[in-house]
Amino acid sequence: MLKRYKNIGLSFLVIFLGLFAIYLVSSVRPDIMFRSIALSAFGSIYGLTETLTKSIPLMLCGLGLSLSFRSSVWNIGAEGQLLMGAVGATWIALYIMPNAPKFLLIPAMFLVGAICGGMWALIPAVLKVKFNLNEIIVSLMLNYIAIEFVNYLVYGPWKSPYEWGFPYSTKFPESAQLPRILDTRVHYPTLILALILAVILYIILYRSKLGYEIRVIGDSIDAARYAGLDIHRVVFLVLLLGGGLAGLAGVGEVAGIHHRLRVASGISSGYGYTAVIVAWLGRLNPLLIVLVSFLFGGLLVGGDAIQVSLGLPGSTINFINGLILIFVLVQGFSKTRFSTIKRRGGK
Amino acid sequence: MEKLLQMKGITKRFGDITANDRIDFELNKGEIHGLLGENGAGKTTLMNILYGLYTPDEGEIYINGAKVEIKSPHDAIKLGISMVHQNFKLIQSHTVIENVALGLKDTNFFYPNRQIEKEIRTFSEKYNFKIDPNVPVWQLSAGEKQRVEIIKAFCRKARIFILDEPTTMLTPNETRDLFRLLKFLREEGISVILITHKLDEVMNICDRVTVLRGGKKVGTIDIDRVDKDDLARMMFGQDIILKEREEYSISFDEDIVLEVRDLTVFSDKGLPAVKDISFDIHRGEILGIAGVSGNGQRELIEAITGLRKVARGSIKILGEDVTNVGTKEILNKGVAHIPEERMRVGVIPSMSLEENIILRSYDKSPFSNGILLDYSVISEYAKELISRYKISALDEKIPAGTLSGGNIQKLILARELSISPVLIIASHPTQGLDIRSTQQIHELLLRKKEEGCAILLVSEDLQELMDLSDRIAVMFNGTIRGIIDIDRASIEEIGSLMVGV
Ligand SMILES: Nc1ncnc2c1ncn2[C@@H]1O[C@H](COP(=O)(O)OP(=O)(O)OP(=O)(O)O)[C@@H](O)[C@H]1O
Ligand SMILES: [Mg+2]
Repeated sequence: MLKRYKNIGLSFLVIFLGLFAIYLVSSVRPDIMFRSIALSAFGSIYGLTETLTKSIPLMLCGLGLSLSFRSSVWNIGAEGQLLMGAVGATWIALYIMPNAPKFLLIPAMFLVGAICGGMWALIPAVLKVKFNLNEIIVSLMLNYIAIEFVNYLVYGPWKSPYEWGFPYSTKFPESAQLPRILDTRVHYPTLILALILAVILYIILYRSKLGYEIRVIGDSIDAARYAGLDIHRVVFLVLLLGGGLAGLAGVGEVAGIHHRLRVASGISSGYGYTAVIVAWLGRLNPLLIVLVSFLFGGLLVGGDAIQVSLGLPGSTINFINGLILIFVLVQGFSKTRFSTIKRRGGK
Repeated sequence: MEKLLQMKGITKRFGDITANDRIDFELNKGEIHGLLGENGAGKTTLMNILYGLYTPDEGEIYINGAKVEIKSPHDAIKLGISMVHQNFKLIQSHTVIENVALGLKDTNFFYPNRQIEKEIRTFSEKYNFKIDPNVPVWQLSAGEKQRVEIIKAFCRKARIFILDEPTTMLTPNETRDLFRLLKFLREEGISVILITHKLDEVMNICDRVTVLRGGKKVGTIDIDRVDKDDLARMMFGQDIILKEREEYSISFDEDIVLEVRDLTVFSDKGLPAVKDISFDIHRGEILGIAGVSGNGQRELIEAITGLRKVARGSIKILGEDVTNVGTKEILNKGVAHIPEERMRVGVIPSMSLEENIILRSYDKSPFSNGILLDYSVISEYAKELISRYKISALDEKIPAGTLSGGNIQKLILARELSISPVLIIASHPTQGLDIRSTQQIHELLLRKKEEGCAILLVSEDLQELMDLSDRIAVMFNGTIRGIIDIDRASIEEIGSLMVGV
């Protein structure tokens, strides 16, 4: 019990020290910084729509990650899976069926994007199941490979001849562009898709056979073995589904915002990594994750804003994200400690 | 007698359950004090309060007449209170020394290990309580791990030792060593609180006992003034007939349910743990496996249930070859498995009772339609089993980890026996259960036998094996040292086969 308060105290201390460090190097006061973040993200219609736009990929990636985290499979490859989704969508839009009508082309892009993301996530699954390789390391390395692959495409074979030498692919045909709300950047088909998927995932997790298996494996791998659950199948499925969701996020980014493939850092400002925090802060609960992604969308928007308004470096927001992650992990840690003690009470 | 400890009016509620209801508890200096009560009576809870794991809702604790606040195990240790839980909290990859060193305050800054090693060696020589300080904990048997816990407590200079069901996982010899140690400690003025379900042990070693029932204290009494029947009456509030084996004839069919031939299985360390074992179990037969733990029983069970690879030999269930076919397929042949480690393997402590109850059948109708689970059916089914097996729990939605030890075991039995098994693999099925639950479970197993189940019963409790089995196989060093019909078996003979004589 006492330990728990200690941990909470500790994590506040970490955050406090972190903010103090920002103050020391930039002499921007934390309260001013947060005010600026909050105002730019939530203080205007424009800010809100931008926040919503950024929350879409966070939501999809966070939902995908939550499935594998819930079954204690530590996939941190959402970034790479997102990029592979973007590649898949681009391939369909520019090279496979560029002349197809919108009502065929858009679903095809989402479908292939999801498949590409899912396949990318299957690599760590296969290596884990067949060779017992650690999925954290494999999925992380695959992020870098995906980044290099996207950059290779836009500098190389897919580079557009019409873009004055910029590392862009050709612009998508109109039929491959997602509709947006008025003149905002909110590509609402992806948003609606994400919200529907959140509800479906919730049902999967708490009401379905697969969800039951996921929770058993996540909470006690020994009990899962004892009951003869097909653990490999579940590992495959959670990675496949999670990768698929991240892939959808990639489709949304290229079809809804950029309308072309660009260098990896242009497509995703680390959504796949931020989504790790989103998933944990949402307690791996799909509905909470929707809320948390909105907050983090705001943090990203605010992060861009303080670069301009306060002259803080762009990585400041990553720093703050890191602080929040530490906070979450420490909380999670103290929570499990607490519950093992409680459990021990039942002997 | 000097009163070392007084707990006054201790009350602890968990939601609607009052686990401890205004309990007064006193402990003298240099006594061994038994704490008795049926499963769920509140023994562990009371001791967890003393050890600072729970804060009581009401009540006060005095040590040497002075009021103390125990907010955490850290406080308890400072006051000289140490507790050995049934689930040890040792760090598996560390050595014995390192585990003892953790949580010790005043060690030398330089070479702390040497000092601790010396202390451990002095301790084990002085009390003839053997342990090798330099081996990693994962290599130790349950009994040895417990020794480490006790040595840890001793090195912390504990004045009050709390032992929560220490003998459930011990062999008869280990139990004897432990009790000898406790008597030594008593002579040195150390007080011991011993939680146990074995009345013989209480009569044997305790000076006084306190009995709890339903969260309330029934009384504290000197051991010379009671006998086992009195204690049972205090515990259950009614007479319990302490049954001896009924004279029933050994009877079973010719049909073979489980056929094991030339089975060889390797341990985690890659050494042969089961060597060329062959035996049959027939319909309606209980085959007991006796043996000191660590002689291949665990590996044998894991091989039969598909949890461990069979290196050589074959296993057939009802004539069908199930060697290395996978756990699910074996279980689906109608095999019930009551595992030894119930908290780690048998239940998922964080999940609800109902979700634990369907662990075997969640994917089958009527619980699942192939995709979704039907929680209203599941909850009805869970309610039915909870009442049929007399599991005391608030409702079917609470996490399994909050049940008392005995009720967790009943939960596992309820789940496993409700699948109408043809073969039951039961590993220490009554470990940690009170006499009444033990009798209930024995009756359940005997009823299943009558219905025609074949039962493989692994137990370290020779009396239990003698009471239930039709034949007893003794395992030693991975081999079967002989299968004896029960009417020709004697505890002495089995005991000597167990140690390989
Ligand atoms: N952390 C908890 N949350 C909810 N209920 C609990 C918790 N710990 C214990 N209980 C309940 O309190 C009661 C007493 O439990 P306790 O573990 O003290 O029993 P016990 O006497 O040690 O039983 P056993 O002999 O089976 O170990 C039980 O009904 C149990 O379900
Ligand atoms: Mg207990």
